[in-house]
Amino acid sequence: MNLLALDGAFVLEKLILIAVVISISLVVAMYATYVERKFAGFIQDRHGPNRAGPFGLLQPLADGLKLFFKEEIIPNNSNKLLFVLGPCLAMLTAMMTSAIIPWGGTVELFGQQVSLQIADINIGILYVFGVVSMGVYGMMIGGWASNNKFSLMAALRGASQAISYELAMGLSLIALLMLTGSLSLKTITEQQVTGLWNIVYQPVGFLIFFVCALAECNRAPFDLPEAESELNMGYHQEYSSMKLGFFLFAEYINMFISCAIIATLFFGGYDIPFVDESTWSGGAAAIGGVLALMTKTFILILVFMWIRWTLPRFRYDQLMNLGWKGLIPLALLNMVATGAVILLTMKQA
Amino acid sequence: MQSLTQRAKPVDRSPMTWLEKIYLWNIFKGMLITFRHFFKKRATIQYPEQKRPFSPVFRGLHILNRDEQGRENCTACGLCAVACPAEAITMEAAERLPGEEHLYREEKYAARYEINMLRCIFCGLCEEACPKDAIYLSETFAPANYSRKSFIYGKPDLLIPDPVKHPEEYAKAKGELDKKKSKP
Repeated sequence: MNLLALDGAFVLEKLILIAVVISISLVVAMYATYVERKFAGFIQDRHGPNRAGPFGLLQPLADGLKLFFKEEIIPNNSNKLLFVLGPCLAMLTAMMTSAIIPWGGTVELFGQQVSLQIADINIGILYVFGVVSMGVYGMMIGGWASNNKFSLMAALRGASQAISYELAMGLSLIALLMLTGSLSLKTITEQQVTGLWNIVYQPVGFLIFFVCALAECNRAPFDLPEAESELNMGYHQEYSSMKLGFFLFAEYINMFISCAIIATLFFGGYDIPFVDESTWSGGAAAIGGVLALMTKTFILILVFMWIRWTLPRFRYDQLMNLGWKGLIPLALLNMVATGAVILLTMKQA
Repeated sequence: MQSLTQRAKPVDRSPMTWLEKIYLWNIFKGMLITFRHFFKKRATIQYPEQKRPFSPVFRGLHILNRDEQGRENCTACGLCAVACPAEAITMEAAERLPGEEHLYREEKYAARYEINMLRCIFCGLCEEACPKDAIYLSETFAPANYSRKSFIYGKPDLLIPDPVKHPEEYAKAKGELDKKKSKP
């Protein structure tokens, strides 16, 4: 990558793309809360929010407005700087991951080839892991700075959970990377556009990655850091107003982004299934691709929610057992098996 | 020990099978169950628009009844106050003056009639005690309010609308009462 080749149009293009991606993430996160509540309602034989606007569609706006108008409380005995830093960090890291997701192919705009990906870096997945492991700092700092034992305990849980599950997550991806031979999400997607989706080659890897993604997003059944019944909301217990909103929002953005990453890695990214879009014109293919990726992401988000409203929370020791004794050996086994298969097929070829 | 019912089932404490140990199959089954609930009838009653039908014996706020000509039935005999186990009813009697025959049915009436709705236990004993058909428990239930004082209901709050002046409101309130009366 030639960094010196930066020109004004390039910077503008990327800035616009960043703005669009971030606003889409925010809107999706906002409406994910609505969908989640509706979904929970339907599963529990209720209606869900249906008072604000038609079908309750204005509910997220009302919630957001309410959060803005709530009193901002910073506890006396908290570390003020870190207390504010916590939610900011959570939000920042949640946003940062979106930079490397290829949302679509390339479009031709004003005589320029515009790639619908903010940054196609050759270490894409490593970057995701770097940012995701930073994401836990928001929770840790927030929980620790609150000067509250429940928050501290939640932060501890969150940190150990993230560390344990990141291992299995990484290991499950190594098998996938052995197949693709590239860390760039763009390359991985393009391989799937022409060939089969990676889920066909790596069902076990997908399963492990999916479970770990649930744990990384602190979604039920792995929502121990904010276990309402035992830790009264955990690490964001002392937070109020929009600082609380940032934590909650970051969680939904994380969910959206991780679903997008799962869709990119295992479900062909912006590939439209059963359709050969290479014959389409550039613009139509790109828009179709974006829609395809979004659809896949939404289906995955729905599955996330479905799981949340089906399963009870794991106990802490069960969580650790599953992570260290279940997923990591399984991921290692998957890695060895994939390696063996690759070796055998290469010999035949 | 002999069991009281035949419904008790022993707890299955056999070790988990492989299929149970990997959770996945059971998780899938659980998700199917929640998915089925997706299409079930909602249990919610959309309150202000829909209301749950009351039981025929429902006892809500009190109503002081009038006769067909709009005269108050109550004669301030005090039987309801005596019957009231919560001592929520207070009244002051007054004599009907000449010229007030269109207001009160009999020679004596309640000048002041108060029910403390915070004390009231809505048992309906006042309704049973009343010899003059004067007090009934309606199907409205206690509304929320900001002060304790406003829960002491006086005659203006309790009296049924006048059948001569406000026939519609009267009919509305009366309809419920007639239903109550016709019940076995």
